[in-house]
Amino acid sequence: MSQLRYEAPGSVDEAVALLASDSDAKVLAGGTDLIVQMRSGLRKLGLVVDVKKIDELMSVSSDGGAWTIGAAVSGAEMNENAALKKDWPGVVEAVDLIGSTQVQGRASAGGNLCNASPAADSVPAMVAAGATAVIAGPNGRREVPVEQVPVSPGKTSLATGEMVVAIKMPAKPARNGEAYLRMIPRTEMDIAIVGAGVSLTLDDGGTCTAAKVALGAVAPTVVIVDDAAKALIGTKVDDAALEKMAAACSAACKPIDDKRGTIEYRTKVAGVMARRAALIALERARSN
Amino acid sequence: MAVEADAPRMEFDVVGHRRVRPDGVDKVTGRARFGADISAPGMLTAKILRSPHAHARINSIDTSKAEAMVGVHAVVTSADFPDEHVPRGERDTLVNVMAREKAFYDGHAVAAVAAMDAETAQDALELIVVDYEVLPHVTDVVAAMAPDAPVLHDTLFTRGVDPKPDKPSNVAKRVEMGRGDVEAGFAEADIVIERTFRTEATHQGYIEPHACLANIGADGRGEIWVCTQGHYMIRNTVAALLGIELSKLRVTASEIGGGFGGKTTVFAEPVAAALSRKAGLPVKLVMDRTEVFRATGPTSSTAAWVKIGVKNDGTITAGDIELKYQGGAFRGSPIDFGCMSAFACYDIDNIRMVGWDVVCNRPKQAAYRAPGAPMSTFVVESVVQELAERIGMDPVDMRLKNAARNGSDSAYGPKFGTIGLVETLEAAKAHANYTAPLGANQGRGIACGFWFNFGGETCTSLNVQTDGTVALMVGTPDIGGSRASMCMMAAEELGIEYERVHAIVGDTTSLGYNDTTEGSRVTFSSGMATIKSARAAIEVMRARAAMIWEIPVDAVVWEKGHAKPAGPNAGDFEPMSLADIAAKSGATGGPIAGHAEVNADGAGVSFATHLVDVEVDPETGAVKVLRYTVAQDAGKAIHPGYVVGQFQGGAAQGIGWALNEEYVYDDMGRLQNAGFLDYRVPVASDLPNIDTVIVEVPNTGHPYGVRGVGETSIVPPLAAIANAVSAAAGVRLTDLPMSPPKVLAAIDAQKD
Ligand SMILES: Cc1cc2nc3c(=O)[nH]c(=O)nc-3n(C[C@H](O)[C@H](O)[C@H](O)COP(=O)(O)OP(=O)(O)OC[C@H]3O[C@@H](n4cnc5c(N)ncnc54)[C@H](O)[C@@H]3O)c2cc1C
Repeated sequence: MSQLRYEAPGSVDEAVALLASDSDAKVLAGGTDLIVQMRSGLRKLGLVVDVKKIDELMSVSSDGGAWTIGAAVSGAEMNENAALKKDWPGVVEAVDLIGSTQVQGRASAGGNLCNASPAADSVPAMVAAGATAVIAGPNGRREVPVEQVPVSPGKTSLATGEMVVAIKMPAKPARNGEAYLRMIPRTEMDIAIVGAGVSLTLDDGGTCTAAKVALGAVAPTVVIVDDAAKALIGTKVDDAALEKMAAACSAACKPIDDKRGTIEYRTKVAGVMARRAALIALERARSN
Repeated sequence: MAVEADAPRMEFDVVGHRRVRPDGVDKVTGRARFGADISAPGMLTAKILRSPHAHARINSIDTSKAEAMVGVHAVVTSADFPDEHVPRGERDTLVNVMAREKAFYDGHAVAAVAAMDAETAQDALELIVVDYEVLPHVTDVVAAMAPDAPVLHDTLFTRGVDPKPDKPSNVAKRVEMGRGDVEAGFAEADIVIERTFRTEATHQGYIEPHACLANIGADGRGEIWVCTQGHYMIRNTVAALLGIELSKLRVTASEIGGGFGGKTTVFAEPVAAALSRKAGLPVKLVMDRTEVFRATGPTSSTAAWVKIGVKNDGTITAGDIELKYQGGAFRGSPIDFGCMSAFACYDIDNIRMVGWDVVCNRPKQAAYRAPGAPMSTFVVESVVQELAERIGMDPVDMRLKNAARNGSDSAYGPKFGTIGLVETLEAAKAHANYTAPLGANQGRGIACGFWFNFGGETCTSLNVQTDGTVALMVGTPDIGGSRASMCMMAAEELGIEYERVHAIVGDTTSLGYNDTTEGSRVTFSSGMATIKSARAAIEVMRARAAMIWEIPVDAVVWEKGHAKPAGPNAGDFEPMSLADIAAKSGATGGPIAGHAEVNADGAGVSFATHLVDVEVDPETGAVKVLRYTVAQDAGKAIHPGYVVGQFQGGAAQGIGWALNEEYVYDDMGRLQNAGFLDYRVPVASDLPNIDTVIVEVPNTGHPYGVRGVGETSIVPPLAAIANAVSAAAGVRLTDLPMSPPKVLAAIDAQKD
């Protein structure tokens, strides 16, 4: 019978040392992916490193408007942080979409990112909002845009011994709004067939000066659609601009046919979700 | 037993009120024991090895390494299930329980292990070497009927065709029924619509997986504790498959976390029993959810063609339907019920129903609430709705015009007695849902449905205790609150408070044979037996009072829980309560009891009309159910709360079936969505409040007028929702489930 070792270190350094000691070791945050995978026999592990005893991974702080969210902070905790929610409602709502009330008590944005599912809900929202991941490893710390963490379904760019310590959100730009929407066949407890995160910034005249559009579940990893952003920048985000943006989103999709949706459907609906998310982002930008 | 001569009782003290369910406290506190909640000393854990192939010849199975493993006590394969003594009718069950020469579907059991713990059993499974020769497979009902389809059984020759085929095929049988002349009927029609339809297989989706504990001793006597809808069925089948005498096998039904028809057959129980017999120790076998999806349940997937004609005044002149139902790897899809129920709501002169029972490489279908009826009703009620639209007639009025009524000849033969279809249609029309305003992209659907209902063999036993309480034993597992309803009927008949009657489900040695809890039969037939048991006990109590008073028994009547002198001539005695008589029973002849054994007839069919409003998102194809109303005839609602629960539950399962539930196979014939994440039953937020109207047209075949209500409620939803979605989307949807991609594709195709 296989033996499973469980460790719950109190510091990032100890966690990194443990992770570096075993190439099959895995970080345990909320466990809502990891434990499910272990139970269903998809993963056989020798060492599990629970990071919930490390303060840095479990706390949220803001400094000069910029946010640092511990990688293992639960969705429920993020959702109850009014100031964070006010700054980045799209990201918080995306995290809040994960699972049910029970799952929310555990599931983290860090886990959602590092599980590297193409359908992870918080990822397109974080990408659109310009979030970065702080990574600690045997050679110290580095910070990368979140989109550089997942590299293919189930795989990350993290080297042996590395872990995500925190997600950083920039200081909220003036007149910026962001939003995330997903398409699922049920109303909850489902996996995105398509997800779209949109962030846009307006000038005083209401013209879009910056935008970022990211799609989930339409390719092996999150897709940043530059053409969609370009379609919005310099416009008043009117119907014509939104149509162009939606078309760019559909064009950028490289989805697969699977039990959850067809290529044709995902491609069509990606544009629809992006347009609807852009309208919410626009509303938020106008009131910021 | 004949239909009761007396008209059903109409006045009640207990019946018709909502009472606290006796099993409630145990269920909310966790004290209730379900299938997996029991253990025995020395118990082993069993695991089943399942075929990863949809269709494969099993050349050999090498279990030697598994058997040699420390902690493994027994390994079984088909070699441990000899078939010589197994009755012909049970052979398919035997093959389904453990594959023999071939594995017929992804998930088909090929071997099983009993070991000291689950990990050991799991590790042992991985040491079993099966040499498979993978064969071409087929999972689609229409493809399975093609002349060049891979044939599952070389012994299967189509029944019901002339001439008899000389080659085996996947078509188990053809049935045809009907009356009149459909061609002449179509000639009379002003409008005729012809369409084809498809439905996917759906699983019953019970929350509790199959679980049992089997303990077969060296002397051949055994016990099984099991989560099932029918412990007598478990006893009889396990006994037949393993060659055990009925009286040597005692089966106890656990509390049950849902069945919906899916627990009316055996899956794991014979395997656990065979392992226990081989190991000489108790064996517990609990399926996981993946196994439940791959190897148990579901209902048939279907393909259908229909043609219906109507006159401009709304009279349906003819209906012609052809249904193809696949029943998984073995014969026995519910094709007969599909055909018989297709036009059952209507009194049409010319009808023809042709059905095909087809096998393919999927798990053997099991009963699912009103087996076969929802699919054929979907077909007929979709076209009836369309015809009403085409002639510009209100869809309820058109249905009323053609509705089956008291004394109509049913579409499947016998004359209907007193029935309540018209009343359900009128209730739907009168409901606020029928006239609620609809917005953009919203649509309303309506559909009727029918189910036969069943009576069957039933026994109950009722013991009057010396403290004046009553212990009732029934033989039908309680899957919908039936113990409460039984206590209510016993209390009503005895004239005592509901709280003084306590019911249990007896084991197979404690009562005579009982048919399974299926066919919406329990409140009807166990209710009838309970009433008869109570009446028998009353006879005894009257006799005891007569003995005490020293008057003839004819001079004693039973009223409101008391024995009383029949009149002034009988004598002047203080009435004696049930408790008084019970307290003296030791001195007056011993324990007081009543029992009844019946083969209940006169179940009384049940009809329903469902109304539903939906909104379709034209850009994503997503469907939101806005309002839902069920009007159904219950005959007499013994416990209105549970009747409402059955109505709502059928509608909820129908919503899942109509919108998102489906079996998804890859091109290797492997099930892709064997879990609740991707097999999408509705979650609470997917459902609106489901409003209900209990229509009560008493069933003359039951002393209180009861009709079964458990199944009819899943018959109309597929059509009602398809009608609503079609109205909202502006295009007719004919392919279930109406998942967002399919609805969007239909909308887009309409635009082009
Ligand atoms: C019922 C249910 C519903 C769900 N619904 C959704 C949904 O709607 N949308 C959605 O996107 N997901 C959903 N999920 C998946 C899951 O809940 C999310 O992906 C969640 O965010 C994972 O977070 P966690 O903290 O539980 O991660 P864990 O399970 O602890 O970890 C996930 C993976 O990331 C790794 N990991 C975790 N933290 C770190 C770190 N700091 N550094 C490096 N690696 C790390 C782990 O080793 C593991 O491989 C659902 C899961 C369940 C069980």
